[in-house]
This record gives sequence, C-alpha cells and structure tokens, in this order.
Amino acid sequence: MKEVKNTNNITEKKPFKRKSAENIRNFYNSMFIDLGELFLFSVQVFKQFFSRPYEHKELLKQLYITGNKSLGLVAITGLIMGLVLTMQSQPILVNFGVVSLIPGMVSVSMFREIGPVITALICAGKISSGIGAEIGAMKVTEQIDAMEVSGTKPLNFVVATRVLATTIMVPLLVFFADACGLVGGYFGMNIFEKMNFQLYMTTAFDMLEFIDVVPATIKTVVFGFFIGLIGAFKGYKAGLGTESVGVAANSAVVSASLAIFVIDLVAVLVTNLLIRI
Amino acid sequence: MIEVRNLYKSFGDKEILKGVNLHLREGENLGILGKSGVGKSVLAKCIVRLIEPDYGEIKVLGKDIIRMKESELNKIRRDIGYLFQGGALYDSMSVRENLEFPIRRTQIASQRSEVDERVEQSLRSVGLLDAIDKMPSELSGGMKKRVGLARALILKPKVILYDEPTTGLDSVTSGEISELILKVQEEYKASSIIITHDMKCAKIATNRIKIIMDGNFKAEGTYDELSRSTDKEISAFFI
Ligand SMILES: Nc1ncnc2c1ncn2[C@@H]1O[C@H](COP(=O)(O)OP(=O)(O)OP(=O)(O)O)[C@@H](O)[C@H]1O
Ligand SMILES: [Mg+2]
Repeated sequence: MKEVKNTNNITEKKPFKRKSAENIRNFYNSMFIDLGELFLFSVQVFKQFFSRPYEHKELLKQLYITGNKSLGLVAITGLIMGLVLTMQSQPILVNFGVVSLIPGMVSVSMFREIGPVITALICAGKISSGIGAEIGAMKVTEQIDAMEVSGTKPLNFVVATRVLATTIMVPLLVFFADACGLVGGYFGMNIFEKMNFQLYMTTAFDMLEFIDVVPATIKTVVFGFFIGLIGAFKGYKAGLGTESVGVAANSAVVSASLAIFVIDLVAVLVTNLLIRI
Repeated sequence: MIEVRNLYKSFGDKEILKGVNLHLREGENLGILGKSGVGKSVLAKCIVRLIEPDYGEIKVLGKDIIRMKESELNKIRRDIGYLFQGGALYDSMSVRENLEFPIRRTQIASQRSEVDERVEQSLRSVGLLDAIDKMPSELSGGMKKRVGLARALILKPKVILYDEPTTGLDSVTSGEISELILKVQEEYKASSIIITHDMKCAKIATNRIKIIMDGNFKAEGTYDELSRSTDKEISAFFI
C-alpha cells in the first residue's frame, strides 16, 4: 500500500506538460487496447453466426425491434435531406442553366453518401446505444453471467442475434432513407416549378449507375455490422455499478459514430482505387 | 465434488483470495460464512470460471476447470447450478421462459411436453407454480430468489452454489428457503456450497461450515461446534 501512495505523489508533482503528454499517451494506449479487444470480440461474434443453436425467433424479434425503432426517424430525415438538397442547389443550378440535373444530383448524392451516412448515424444514436444499455444492464445484473454459467452461450443468443439484426436491417433502412430522400427532392423541385413525378423519377434513376449503388450498399452492410458490434461490445465490457450502463450506452454512440466516418473514408478510398484499375 | 487448492485472486493491488483450499464432499451442504466484502462471491465465481483466478487449482466433478476448452467448460457447467446473489432473472422473459431458456439452449429436452413438465416440476418444488406467467418485474424479492433457485435446479445439477440465498428476506421467508435448500439436497441428491451471513440459514441448511476471513479460511466445523468456539472473531458470527 505504501509504495502505491508514493508513486501517486510522484505523478502529482510532475510538471503540467509532462502530465498532459502522459494523458495523451494513455489515451492512445487505451484506444489501441480497445481496438484489439474489439477485434477479438468481433472474431468471437462472427464465429457465433455459424454456430448452433440458431435463434431464428430471437433474430426476427431483434430485426423487428431494430427496424421499428428507427423507421420513422429515418423517413423524416431522408425526406428533409432530399428537400434541403434541392432547395439549396436549385438557385445555383438555375444560374448555370442545368436545372434538369437536380433529380440526378439528388439521387446520386443520396445513394452514394447522404443516405448511408445519415441513416447509420441515426442508427448509432438509436440502436447502438440501445444495445449498449440493454446488454450493459444485463451484465450489471449478472444476467449474462447467469447465461454463461448454465452453458447457454450468451454471446450466441444475446450478441450474435443483435449484430446480425443490425447487419441486415441497416442496409434496408438506408434504402428506405434513399427513397424518402428522392421523394423529398421531388417536393423541393415543386416549390420552384411544377414537375411530373414520373419524369422526375426517370431522370433521377437515369443518372444512377452501378458504381453509385453497389459500393454504397456494401458499405451499409459494414455500417450495420459495426453499429451492432460496438453497442454489444460496450455493453459486454460494462463494469459493476449501475452508472456503467449509462457509460456503455454513451460510449457506444460515440464510438459507433466515429467508426461510421472512418469506414466511410476507407470505403471511398477503396472504391476510387477499384475504379481506377 | 469440488476441490479448490491454493487459490489466489487479486483485483489491481487488492488481494482478495490468498491461497484458499476447499473440498466439497459428495452429498454435503457446505456453508461458507464471512463478512461482507471478504470475497465469498469471488470464490464462488472462480469455481464456475466466471472470474479467472490468478493462481491455483480448481477441480469440479473431477475435472480441471481452469485448463479447459470452452466447449468442454460449457458442458460441465450444465452440471452446476448457480443461484446469484441478486437472482439474475432474465427480465425480458417471463418466469416460464426464464426456466425454459437453459433447457432449450442446451437442447437437453426437445419435446414440448417434456419441457413443460420439467418447468412445472421445478416451479412446484419452490412453491411458485402460480407465478409461471408473470414477468420478473412483477415478483417480490423472495419470489425472485425462489425463481432463481428453480432455474438453477432445472438442469438437475450435481453441484449447486448458493450465493446468499436468504439475504434481504424476512426471517420467515428465509427460513422457508433454508428448508427448501435442505429439501433440494435430498430430492436432487446434490452437493452444495451455501454462502451466507444468515445464521438461521447456516443452522438449518448446512452440514459443515467454513469461515473465511482476510482471504483465507480460518475455522471449520459443524454449526454446533463453531457456535461453542471461544475465539472472539468466530463467536462474533453467532451472536
Ligand atoms: N470484478 C471485480 N472487479 C474488481 N473488484 C472486484 C470484482 N469483484 C469483486 N471485487 C472486489 O472483491 C471484494 C470481494 O467481493 P465479493 O463480492 O466477493 O464479496 P462478498 O464476500 O461476496 O461480500 P457480500 O457478502 O457483500 O456479497 C470486494 O472488495 C469487491 O470490491
Ligand atoms: Mg457476495
């Protein structure tokens, strides 16, 4: 005990600069430890996708919860994004005399970037935090331990079903958001001039190419996986007290959001590289 | 049934268990007494490997629990019943689903009728058949403990670990639960470790008691033997 107290005193006497440098180093150290743990966790979860018993009922329940939770929010944001996109760009495009490009511009930007990222961020806020809090609470009240102890593999029942559910559901929600964005864009167009809905949709989809849709969809699958995984990971790592449930939920949102931007960046780099080849 | 040798565990620089030895014989109810925070729950969790010990040896049903692959560990865990201090009921599931869960997941019984029968038998033995369709949030503390016990018994374990089965209950209910533990010992022919600070429970339910202090066992004997002890620290438990 005595030795410990002594080392504490030493750190307290350190000049401020040293200490903050140490803090930063600690931050990065713990970040890398976290990333390592997350990697191991993801390997374990991934294995559970293919191991018995398969929990169809629980998976369906989680799919329903995941979809139902964020459907309304995703619809509204998608609609607004489409609307705002048209209203913002309409005056500029009028100056260049290319108003007819608006539907295509809306569809390309919704499908490529806005739909996936905005939807994923909403899901990080709603679903990842929900999973983090739920599993965190199960951990704190020893429910996870109770499953572990009866040999019922909580990683399989609790975690794998939730991660699989987000992996499947997030891409579907993104498509839904894209569709709502297109509709929002149509409303935006109609503020300035009347346009036939069918014509709008045809021009919108004419501009859309394979390269806009497929990489974006793959990206959303990865988003979905990490939204579920990070929520579950933070919940699983929750400490002892009740306050750690809040911490788990909160850090799930922060980490999942950060992960979404990083994945997005990587996805863009990879697609650009592939296009060039 | 359980053999613990020279077990050490610390959290950070706090040493909790310092060379614990324990032997649970077949068919006996071994009580573990100790002050709050000495590490009774930690010891129990080491035995089922919810906590990894730092050093030592643990054998359950003759098998080395510590150097065991996960699939093997899961198999042997089905022979161990564990009653958690807080009950640890799955609160998104009804009482029936709580009890069905281990059966369904371990695929021990698959026929609907067989599962139902096991669930009902287990609930009947703790006297809570009426509560079968309730949610855990609708149960009182004592009922939760009893459902937890029913769930711990559902896989017909050979070894049962009770972590404070009577704490937080009134003395009548805790007496009932102690009798229940005794009944389980006879009915299931199980061997149990009963962690408690409730002297009434220790008196009714145990055949032998070990007292843990400062990371190690300090005394051992039957309830009557220990209650006659002249050692101040030991007799303090029996006031
Ligand atoms: N996972 C953990 N991480 C860090 N410290 C822990 C952990 N689990 C237990 N401890 C510490 O170990 C000590 C013993 O805890 P334990 O829960 O075993 O006590 P106990 O004897 O069961 O007490 P009680 O009768 O109150 O249940 C406590 O000081 C606790 O803070
Ligand atoms: Mg305890």
